[in-house]
Amino acid sequence: MSLFNVFNISGSAMSAQAQRLNTVASNLANADSATSANGTPYKSKQVVFSAIPSKSADASGVKVTKVVEDNSPPRMLYDPKHPLANDKGYVSMPNVNVTEEMVNMISASRAYQNNVETMNAAKTMLMKTLSIGQS
Amino acid sequence: MINKLDAALSFHQNALRVRGQRQELIAANIANADTPHYKARDLDFNAAMKNAMAGASNKEAFNTSKTSPNHIDGKPSSIGGDALFRPVIQGSVDGNTVDMDVERNQFADNAIRYEASIIMINGQLKKMLSAIQGQ
Repeated sequence: MSLFNVFNISGSAMSAQAQRLNTVASNLANADSATSANGTPYKSKQVVFSAIPSKSADASGVKVTKVVEDNSPPRMLYDPKHPLANDKGYVSMPNVNVTEEMVNMISASRAYQNNVETMNAAKTMLMKTLSIGQS
Repeated sequence: MINKLDAALSFHQNALRVRGQRQELIAANIANADTPHYKARDLDFNAAMKNAMAGASNKEAFNTSKTSPNHIDGKPSSIGGDALFRPVIQGSVDGNTVDMDVERNQFADNAIRYEASIIMINGQLKKMLSAIQGQ
């Protein structure tokens, strides 16, 4: 029954988008974390989506295959009084682009909503199918 | 007698199956809206419906030709036929060809047509019931 597979597909997309939203939250929360466990400033993290085969041959679900760190150079902030400032008075701040992350957040949230609606439509269709021949 | 009832309902039964399969494909397109290199897929409904109607009356339609008795019977990948790739209208940089407007449109359209088939089946069942009961 292919309609039941819609739940698997949309569900996989919802968890993938939720994970994307999680990394956005992590990036935004750490936008000013000048240091971390290994002593370097926090690095922006991005998820990588990939299509995975589902029960049906043609329709595929989504999975987050890896979370990559953005290796672009840190943002240099001039603040000589900061304890982590170098000898020229600059502090290495995380390479999080807040504007980009906000756009990413909206995109993830909209994609999540799309999948919720897909799932609801499939549920309505299945309920209508179950009521064939009644009344 | 029973096979006549079966034949009366078989058109819409096949229509529901193909519609269900198409709904699954479109759900997969919506789910993979942000997956790099994902190509949007859809059924050629006309061909798929013809295939499904032929398959209902002819089981051999699904089988590949066998040159040895040890060969295993082929299993159809899908009821209607193979999914095709949607033509690209506005490609994106990451190689993804999902156009969310098109997908949402087709998804709603397919759901309505699915429900139309259900209403037709319900109507046929009602017709048969009234014929049986003779009221």
